[in-house]
Amino acid sequence: MKSGSLGSYIVRRLLQTIPVILGVVVVNFLLLQLAPGDLATVLAGEAGGAPKEYIDQLRARFGHDQPVYVQLFNYIKNLLVLDLGYSFRQSAPVLELLLMRLGPTLLLMGSTLVVSLGLGVLMGLLAALWVRTWKDHVISVAAVIVYATPLFWVGLMLVLVFSIWLDWFPTSGMENVVAFHEGWNRVVDIAHHLVLPTITLSLFYLALYARLMRASMLEQRGLDYVTTARAKGQTDRKITTRHVFRNALLPVVTMAGVQTGGLLGGSVVVEAIFAWPGLGQLAYQSLFARDYNLLLGIFFMSAVLVVIVNLIVDVIYVFLDPRIRIG
Amino acid sequence: MKKFWSRFLGNPRVYLGLIWLGLLLLVAISANVLAPTDPFAIVGKPMAPPGGEFWLGTDSLGRNVLAGLIHGSRATILIAVLATLFAVAFGTLIGAIAGYYGGLIDNVLMRFTEFFQTIPSFLFAIVLIAILSPSALNLVVAIATVSWPPIARVVRGEVLTVKSREFVQAAVVAGQGDAAILLKQVLPNTLSPLIVTGSLLIATAILVESALSFLGLGAPNLMSWGFMIGAGRSFMREAWWLVTVPGIAILLTVLAINLVGEGLNDALNPRLADL
Repeated sequence: MKSGSLGSYIVRRLLQTIPVILGVVVVNFLLLQLAPGDLATVLAGEAGGAPKEYIDQLRARFGHDQPVYVQLFNYIKNLLVLDLGYSFRQSAPVLELLLMRLGPTLLLMGSTLVVSLGLGVLMGLLAALWVRTWKDHVISVAAVIVYATPLFWVGLMLVLVFSIWLDWFPTSGMENVVAFHEGWNRVVDIAHHLVLPTITLSLFYLALYARLMRASMLEQRGLDYVTTARAKGQTDRKITTRHVFRNALLPVVTMAGVQTGGLLGGSVVVEAIFAWPGLGQLAYQSLFARDYNLLLGIFFMSAVLVVIVNLIVDVIYVFLDPRIRIG
Repeated sequence: MKKFWSRFLGNPRVYLGLIWLGLLLLVAISANVLAPTDPFAIVGKPMAPPGGEFWLGTDSLGRNVLAGLIHGSRATILIAVLATLFAVAFGTLIGAIAGYYGGLIDNVLMRFTEFFQTIPSFLFAIVLIAILSPSALNLVVAIATVSWPPIARVVRGEVLTVKSREFVQAAVVAGQGDAAILLKQVLPNTLSPLIVTGSLLIATAILVESALSFLGLGAPNLMSWGFMIGAGRSFMREAWWLVTVPGIAILLTVLAINLVGEGLNDALNPRLADL
């Protein structure tokens, strides 16, 4: 595979995703028009009521006095140059707010992806190697139970046991801001805060990947190419690591890509529990503050994230399975 | 058919699941008999620990946790089952039309489905609730709206394989209309994957409903398990049982549904049961 063809493939895929992202933006824009109350009424209400003229004046300032299609057209026109509008609520450009919150969410999602995929694949692999022994049963039963546990409840239970009772980890936040840690100390501090949120968000996916990996390993092990490899005199160990493992990994990688959207949804809950300063928490806040410019921006950002992760998954695929040709 | 039942009921995991679901259903139906007082009523001293006058203690306002749990089962099950029924009905409609007619219609409907899969579903559910305002019916609508795409995909795939079989071609030759062929010939043959996906969807619906109620976006005048956890959250240090007990109820229910759903899958597709 030449690198040039990979580059053009990525560009073509990115172009294909533009209509999808535009669709997400248009639908959410129109949906939010239906929402009861707008920013002007909320601001007026917080000020303890305001005359109608003042509310109209606010609407005119936000551009909400124009017909919906004009507002939509303006929004998309601005979007093309990455101008996501202004959050009158937080008195800052939406893009700036999003970029500030993107880091913590990416950190949380990244560490979750590493933990859930790494441990999930390992557990599934071990269960498949120990199939029908008590060790396999322990892993499988644990996976079934974890798979049924509500995410927010896991978070609260972890806080109860490890923060309140044992006092090992902090209950909330991303870092200890009053301690003014710098350099390496700050990294350690953030990592310390990251442990519980990561476990909370990982457990469900860990169970999912473990189950999938086990099933996939057992399926691959029964296929003809394994018999061929064995007939050629390869050792079991080599067959497992070089052939079965690599093929069994494919459905797990696919699933990890499919779950990106779910991971974002889960991070709303996790960020709400641990007061993690990311996009999920911002979405939750902007929803209640009726800050729809900001909310739309978050939707745009998450659609972009989902699309990019799916693209990365497809590229990983090409490396994992030489049979898959791009084109 | 006999084989199906013996395979289905011969599975001990299915047994455990069915026992819990049966109990839960009984409790939900007879909630007013088991806990006659309003679950929102203040009945005792706040934050009484479990094991005293009230088996599972009281919450921060002095409401009976057991009564909340009993009435909560009703709300949680009803909302999840209704949402699943709506999702299955809509997903089947879209999937069946897409698979049966193919071509342009299939293309348009599948792009539509993919679009719903691109939006992070939980975020989308939150926005829908915010737009529709929180109520039991709107929870059903929001959960159904984010959960039908997998059903549509499963049904479409099944319809595609069934469509080309001889008995369907025979029905076409016999002059049956499209609607009759779809309803009488094609759809009955897609039932088994539909039942499996649908039953597992109830579990997801319960998880989504509890998460929404936990965030304060549930039905305001309805006691539900997620709401109880959200309400008890601020008092974890003083009253651990407020969060723990309803969570275990959710966990056991979702687990039971998953066990039964997988049992159904194994019994309906015996070839895959070993995996």
